Amino acid sequence: MKATSFSGLWLSLCISVMAVLILSGCSQTSTKDHLYQQLGSSAGIEKIVDGLLVEIEQDPQIVHHFRDTDIPRFRKLLIEQLCELSGGPCKYTGASMQESHTGFKITQADFDNLVRHLMKVMTAQNIPIAAQNQLLGMLAPMYGDVVYR
Amino acid sequence: MKALFIALLSLLLSLPAAAGSKIIATGGSTSIEGAAGGGIVPWAVINGYASSDQWSVNSFTSRVGVDDFTLQNFGIGASYNNQWELSLTRQKFNLDTIGGDLQQDVFGLKYHIAGELLYSDLPQISIGLQYKKHRNSGLPFAVGAKNDSGTDVYLAASKVYFAAVAGRNLLLNATVRATKANQLGLLGFGSASDNSYHYMFESSAAILLRPDLAIGIEFRQKPNNLAFADEQHWRDIFVGWFINQNFSLVGGYVDLGSIAGLTQQQGYYLALEATF
Ligand code: HEM
Repeated sequence: MKATSFSGLWLSLCISVMAVLILSGCSQTSTKDHLYQQLGSSAGIEKIVDGLLVEIEQDPQIVHHFRDTDIPRFRKLLIEQLCELSGGPCKYTGASMQESHTGFKITQADFDNLVRHLMKVMTAQNIPIAAQNQLLGMLAPMYGDVVYR
Repeated sequence: MKALFIALLSLLLSLPAAAGSKIIATGGSTSIEGAAGGGIVPWAVINGYASSDQWSVNSFTSRVGVDDFTLQNFGIGASYNNQWELSLTRQKFNLDTIGGDLQQDVFGLKYHIAGELLYSDLPQISIGLQYKKHRNSGLPFAVGAKNDSGTDVYLAASKVYFAAVAGRNLLLNATVRATKANQLGLLGFGSASDNSYHYMFESSAAILLRPDLAIGIEFRQKPNNLAFADEQHWRDIFVGWFINQNFSLVGGYVDLGSIAGLTQQQGYYLALEATF
């Protein structure tokens, strides 16, 4: 073993310690209360969903999935869901993610497209990056319930 | 080779910008041996923006300039289904103070086995191989290497943690590589006394200041097979800008330790990638 192995070990150790500290989630509780406000409260969330509906409509890769969807109902449910997730005063009244997406055979590319549209819409509304990331972090784990069902 | 590369690049540039569906930056940059990754470490991500059932092609060029050496890399690659990655890279290593240059070719293959970088608790996990063939066979043998070609096999795990550092997303990557290569293979593979595979640990950590802007650090453990000169671990810090879904630019500062008897090799890293 040469002396340089030490600095290597040291660096890996630093990365691990940093990762553990960060991932232990000190940020979660304090910022969730603010996420709803950072998204612009009810008006902001409605605007996000309306922006998303426009993006979906203009995306030939995914729009076909919504051919038979009751759009006003979908809009209302998505607003409720984002409101509740972000800590707002709402209750989601729709079906589970797995139930509502079964039979559509949504692919990874479809999911990626929707995430990109959401990022674009939130950026256009000047939602801070930290708030965008927090919301994306809440939606990302739903992937398994949404795709290939 | 350079002419071929330029020809291919212009061909790529003339194609319509048919970018895939993946999220910006999630194809990583292209590392020095042609695999999607950071600068010196291959990651589990698949190069380019091809999501499920999509194709992408890419080309890259990068340059590492340290005190007494310059490494230039040119490569092309293709990815399919966010699952398969193929790459072909030529490395040219200029011995600026010693004189002369060395070249080797790297054929790379990567397969995404499990997990999704952004969407699963399990990190994205990929296996890869890099078949390397030296183009100046005399040199590896002259410095005491056993072979002028070799194959590295690696297992990489990568994951993005959302809003992990001051609300910014954090990418962590860990790679284990089985290798016989001396200084990437530029000084051949194995030695008379040690021709066995060694397991090397490599890692990267990056913070995405914006979805298209990353800063990070990397570490790459190196074997030390040759008697004539010490080989030391590599490290770097980098900034990566993913300009759009077709172009990215990475700049960094590298510390490559001792190379061929010349110590404290430090300098810059620059990489440009185009993908369609
Ligand atoms: C994390 C990501 C997603 C969330 C949070 C989400 C949320 C929702 C919600 C709240 C509903 C209404 C549920 C109900 O009718 O009770 C819904 C329905 C639907 N979603 Fe998603 N969704 C996601 C991803 C996707 C993706 C990627 C697609 C396809 C591109 C998609 C396509 C649909 C369709 C077609 C419906 C309507 C189903 C129907 O008409 O009955 N969703 N989604």
